[in-house]
Amino acid sequence: MEALVAVVIAVLVSCGVYLLLRARTFPVILGLTLLSYAVNLFIFVMGRLRAGAPAVIGSSETYADPIPQALVLTAIVIGFAMTAFLLVLSLRARAELGNDHVDGGAAIGEKPAKPVRPLEEDEV
Amino acid sequence: MNHGILLPIILPLITAILLVLLSGRRQLIRTTSMLSATALVAVSIGLLMQANDGQIRLYAPGNWLPPFGIILVLDRLSAMMLAVTAVLAFFSLAYAVRGHDAPGDRLHGMVHFLLVGVNGAFLTGDLFNLFVFFEILLISSYGLLLHGRGVERARSGLHYVIVNLVGSALFLMGVSALYGITGSLNMADLGDKISKLDPADAPLAATAGILLLVVFGLKAAMAPFYFWLPRAYAAASAPVAAMFAIMTKVGAYAIIRVYTQIFGDNAGILANFAWFWLWPIALITLVMGLLGALSARELRVQIAYLVIVSVGTLLAGIALNREAGLAASLYYLIHSTMICGAMFLLADLILRQRGELLDHIAEGPRLRQSALLGVVFFIAAMAVAGLPPFSGFIGKLLLLNAAGVQADAVILWMIVLAGSLTTLIALSRSGSMIFWQTTDQVESAPAADKGALLAVIGLLGCVGVVTFLAGPILDYTFKVAQQLLEPGAYLQAMQQFRVQ
Repeated sequence: MEALVAVVIAVLVSCGVYLLLRARTFPVILGLTLLSYAVNLFIFVMGRLRAGAPAVIGSSETYADPIPQALVLTAIVIGFAMTAFLLVLSLRARAELGNDHVDGGAAIGEKPAKPVRPLEEDEV
Repeated sequence: MNHGILLPIILPLITAILLVLLSGRRQLIRTTSMLSATALVAVSIGLLMQANDGQIRLYAPGNWLPPFGIILVLDRLSAMMLAVTAVLAFFSLAYAVRGHDAPGDRLHGMVHFLLVGVNGAFLTGDLFNLFVFFEILLISSYGLLLHGRGVERARSGLHYVIVNLVGSALFLMGVSALYGITGSLNMADLGDKISKLDPADAPLAATAGILLLVVFGLKAAMAPFYFWLPRAYAAASAPVAAMFAIMTKVGAYAIIRVYTQIFGDNAGILANFAWFWLWPIALITLVMGLLGALSARELRVQIAYLVIVSVGTLLAGIALNREAGLAASLYYLIHSTMICGAMFLLADLILRQRGELLDHIAEGPRLRQSALLGVVFFIAAMAVAGLPPFSGFIGKLLLLNAAGVQADAVILWMIVLAGSLTTLIALSRSGSMIFWQTTDQVESAPAADKGALLAVIGLLGCVGVVTFLAGPILDYTFKVAQQLLEPGAYLQAMQQFRVQ
């Protein structure tokens, strides 16, 4: 089981890194999401993999380490919030810069696009 | 237990929540924000005086005892960092309340949330809790960086956020790998566990240690992870950029904390392994920062590169892993935080009087208050370049003194000395362009706000205080270094705390 989980984490990380290195914001956000899934799994595995062992003392003969599970919960919440923030930010960058390139410029061989519309005073 | 240790976290937190609730009442928000910042200065100076007796004070929130419960630790280093942060925040906010917090009234709330994160990171004794406080300070800094409008802010903000999210992922991997090996997250306990580590696990622990070094290096903007910084700091509004002067120091603080207390002298075969990497990286950071400062075409970008130069100098002193080096670095940290903050505020005052040219280093109309701002800029430039009699000079002198005269120290001598000259050339170029190479017409801008000017001069005055009180401050930083490098002091404090 350890080998399988390790392979899953490795695939998630490599897909995440590949997408992170793309030039558009949407693939980058997907890449970050995959990377955070991999990280969450990694934290969980650091408490060792054990079948049939709840993270509560006394409910069965063996018990799993509860701390990594608590850490994963924290990491999930924080990662979720950050992804939501990044989505809003990339929408704003799309509106202000007129394209979804991470550097804010058009890719080579592309015409620079016009901003959709300038932001109003109360939107900032 | 001494509940005062909690105040630097609780006070900004309550203030920030209050400021969010007060939304729409600008004057009240400004008053509350300034009052809280003043109280924070008082609290941190109080804690500084407490910590000065050399005792390591612990606080266990909810009475959950270490190593399983999260603890807050007040020692000399964290007390010093808290005081520097509070003073910088006070002057940044003093600048902001003079009409530089537009648009809207949300800047103050976010600054106080940032303070929660920064102060928490300085106080926590738990590695995972450090991650949480890092996230708090990061999400506030995202908001602050993007505060207001501008294409450049959206562009640099996107880079800053993405880079830091990747950093957070690496941080989690490093922390959880360390937990997987040792079964602990408490820094003192981790140090103990690492010293008794099974040699077979050492490569994995070293990997985790290097991952953490990358993450802290990203926050501290060391080479090759500094590319996000110049654009982001130059695009941010002035009070925010000044406040961000402490952010790179949070990274440097984390490096000091983790690599002296977890991977320090006691860590068996992993003892002091980080310095081998940190030393060349620090020197490269210094050189790259200097080249950037020389080539910058805008004043704020130039100052942002000077922040990187200060990071390089700081890390070089830390990497010496010697009491004198660490003490010199910490003194330089106080100096560079204040002066970089002051420079960002001053650049804002200058660019407001240059019309469309803003802070481009080019020939333009004469500033309305050319003489006044010129003199302030001259003093600030002298201080940041490390010319005598300012504190930067004392810091660099002590650093070179600590480095000694071995072969590798000679490189540091060369870079630091040539670096002072380079900084001076870069700032002379921008200063003479902005203040002297002008057309006859005077830009019809309003005069600099007196309060804002006072905030800049106040922050510069702090640099003056750091210079005049160099004796007592150095005495303190030497004691900080002693406390950090004393093996097992932290662990002892924790064990005593558990017995009580």
